[in-house]
Amino acid sequence: MQDKYLLETVDLGISFGGLKAVQGINLKIKKNQLYGLIGPNGAGKTTIFNLITGVYTPTTGRFFLDGEDLTGKKQEAINHKGIARTFQNIRLFNNMTVISNVMVGLHNQNEFKCNPFTSMLRLPAHFESEENMRKRAKELLAIFGLEDERNNLACNLPYGKQRKLEIARALATNPKLLLLDEPAAGMNPNETEELMNTVRFIRDNFDMTILLIEHDLKFVSGLCDEVTVLNFGTSLYTGEVDKALHDPEVVKAYIGK
Amino acid sequence: MSTFIDGLSLGSIYALIALGYTMVYGIAKMLNFAHGDIIMVGSYAILTTLAVNGHPVLAIIAAILVCTVLGVVIEKVAYRPLRGASPLAVLITAIGVSYLLQSIAQLIFGAQTRPISLVHFEPITIAGVTISLSAIISLVVGALIMICLTLFIKFTKLGRAMIAVSEDRAAAKLMGINVNMIILVTFAIGSALAACASTFYVMQIPNTSPTLGSMPGIKAFTAAVIGGIGSIPGAMLGGVLMGVVEKISLSIPVLAPYTTALEFSLLILILLVKPTGLLGKKRREKV
Amino acid sequence: MPVKTNRKRFKFKNYISYIVIALFLIISATLALTGYMNRSTQNLLTQIAYSIILAVSLNLVVGFLGELSLGHAGFMCVGAYLGCYLANLLHTLIPSKLAVLIISMIAGGLIAAVFGFIIGLPALRLKGDYLAIVTLAFGEIVRTIFKNQKVFGGALGLSTKKYGSTLFIVAFVVVLIMLAVVQNLVRSKHGRAITAIRDNEIAAKAMGINVTYYKLFVFIISAFFAGIAGVIYGHFTTPVLYSFFSYNYSIEILVMVVLGSMGSINGSIIAAALITYVNFLLQTKLSGDLAALKYLIYALILITIVIVNNAPGLTAIKERFSIKRFLSKITAKVYKPKYDPSKRKDDEAYWHRIPTKIQMDEVLSVDVTPDTTYTPDKREEK
Repeated sequence: MQDKYLLETVDLGISFGGLKAVQGINLKIKKNQLYGLIGPNGAGKTTIFNLITGVYTPTTGRFFLDGEDLTGKKQEAINHKGIARTFQNIRLFNNMTVISNVMVGLHNQNEFKCNPFTSMLRLPAHFESEENMRKRAKELLAIFGLEDERNNLACNLPYGKQRKLEIARALATNPKLLLLDEPAAGMNPNETEELMNTVRFIRDNFDMTILLIEHDLKFVSGLCDEVTVLNFGTSLYTGEVDKALHDPEVVKAYIGK
Repeated sequence: MSTFIDGLSLGSIYALIALGYTMVYGIAKMLNFAHGDIIMVGSYAILTTLAVNGHPVLAIIAAILVCTVLGVVIEKVAYRPLRGASPLAVLITAIGVSYLLQSIAQLIFGAQTRPISLVHFEPITIAGVTISLSAIISLVVGALIMICLTLFIKFTKLGRAMIAVSEDRAAAKLMGINVNMIILVTFAIGSALAACASTFYVMQIPNTSPTLGSMPGIKAFTAAVIGGIGSIPGAMLGGVLMGVVEKISLSIPVLAPYTTALEFSLLILILLVKPTGLLGKKRREKV
Repeated sequence: MPVKTNRKRFKFKNYISYIVIALFLIISATLALTGYMNRSTQNLLTQIAYSIILAVSLNLVVGFLGELSLGHAGFMCVGAYLGCYLANLLHTLIPSKLAVLIISMIAGGLIAAVFGFIIGLPALRLKGDYLAIVTLAFGEIVRTIFKNQKVFGGALGLSTKKYGSTLFIVAFVVVLIMLAVVQNLVRSKHGRAITAIRDNEIAAKAMGINVTYYKLFVFIISAFFAGIAGVIYGHFTTPVLYSFFSYNYSIEILVMVVLGSMGSINGSIIAAALITYVNFLLQTKLSGDLAALKYLIYALILITIVIVNNAPGLTAIKERFSIKRFLSKITAKVYKPKYDPSKRKDDEAYWHRIPTKIQMDEVLSVDVTPDTTYTPDKREEK
């Protein structure tokens, strides 16, 4: 049963010193799905991301990617297994160029393997891997329309482009599952629309499964196949977007009685 | 037993210095590397006032004044421009300030060790154990200062503002607290504490040199870390512990030459096992 | 294509430090071997060489990894004592001085690297101030231990056999090798990973960078070269005395790194040479308490440079008075500017680093009653 879904969490939860921040989360995400995670502020959405990416170790429950149990693994190991993320408050490598940011994402791919001593001695393998990485990074940047900005420092990019760069960087790690934490936050309507198209493009062309947190319900309802609504650390509703937004419990959670 | 008492008296000095470290670290979130050197400046203030035929009390007041002003000036000139910069930058500046004070002191007063005779208390003997009175005084004063500080922070408006700044600087600012002012006051208090520490230091070890502050400073920082940095009772506890460990280690012939190494190993060990110290609280970086 | 020329110039910049140092080495070696260079200049060159090695290796930790190490002299101490102890043993076995020097350099470097690994372990758990204190503590521990070992001469120091005045040639060859290693490392995917860790450790982890591995790696490499510098120092002067490797010396190396600007290898080289030269000049001029003047200068250098480079309030002033801006103004008078700011897209201007995100309340008031007629594809928003 577990390998039917790409990501499956079973009774996932964490408590911080007695406070149950998140509990009993059962997400079931199929391959190639666009899945939304919504809920009021402080509902535990980002905490779930932190659990799935290994920033926090869950205190209860387990989670599986492609049937493989990843509970308790380190962040970098989980990334190697195929979960990549973006951050709510953008976390780029600010003092590096745009292309370097993406190349850091490519760091662990098998095709670009090259140990430090090869690099120190400048063996041909080093140049080959560098050249290939650069090529791949440019391709990724081109998808996001950032090709011309590749030699700028990441911190000098406008806000919307920083968000895109973060997604490009996450994609560079060649994930099976992409987690987007409020990708449309701080974007204007034009940029949001463009982002929606980009997300669809990624799903179709990279054969990607995407789990996203978003406050902009238009964005979610326009994009996601399925959502889970969270409130106070537990899941309130799981199902199709439109139905979720009509659900009386959900409406109550959002605007109160 | 007498070793233990010696340790207590040394520990009381460490505790006083550690209080200053812990105050500044807790509220300004920076390691004031120059704290030890402010103590050194305090000792020179005492020396100079005494040389101008001053009364010991006058000397102590002079030390407190000089140190407080110095602390405020350092904060304004060196640390304030770096508010919001990376901790690395602040730390390097603090090291620079420490060096600046040491070298200025050496240029003015010379590198040699100079004797200071502030007050001399006859050691007293209780039940066959000789205790130096100054040790008892410094312990008592240290405890008093600790209690006063705790009360000040808990029950005054300024103290509560300090806690607010320590918890979340940005939020405190939004609540209308003048963060720069609070940090300035913290430095003033910390430096005044350094002056107290230097008074007791020269009472127990009656001489001074430009490098007086650096080793005790680092050891007191160690003490503050052991106790849990940011925690006022922790600084007291850590200081006393550190003093006792140092004196006991010095009294064992095999260990004596390695005392410094032992103390620093203790620091590394504690930082690795429990970075928050004995009485510190845990912080979590938000992702 | 502009990209191509850009890359070419970049490559030349990469090699300029090798070329300068290699030329310098050839010229000074010829001068020394033909007897045109006096002994004290040769000694100065040796000092400059090991200072460069120390500064560049410390820069790897401070500038590239972004962790403050105050115990760099400790690694040098380990290398100097153990490497030279080995050299003393080898002198009876191997007649060639050069061979002994090379073997002891490698051995001293490796032992220091082991210590680098040990001190790198706390770096995995501790950060910033705490790590700085731990490295400082490490330096003092090492010193105290060597001071009390009779095998290493105790408080009198370890007496070593001086290599001779041509040591600077070997030392500069080591500088060249180190430069190659460090620059190649920094300008590779590994260097990128290290810089990424400095910039944002959380994001680096999320990108699958093995932070543990790279932190240890940097500490090991850095300690390795500091150890080699120690061995060179031990062959330069005798006895090797524990008091030389004090906290003050670590700070002196740090001053070089900060003066040369953190993260710049060429800067470290220039600053190390400059400070060593100034030290050399001052050594004879300043005696007694005036020696404190040297530290006064160091202190002022540290404070001024750090504040000027890092103070958030000063960035605007800096931009206004920067040399680059000044130059571009001059060139703008001569050439026509290529970039026209009026052609910038509005989006760029308005959406530049907005710190806040859309508030939940705003979203609620607009979006919570879903619009059933709404289909995303037929939206008219432009």
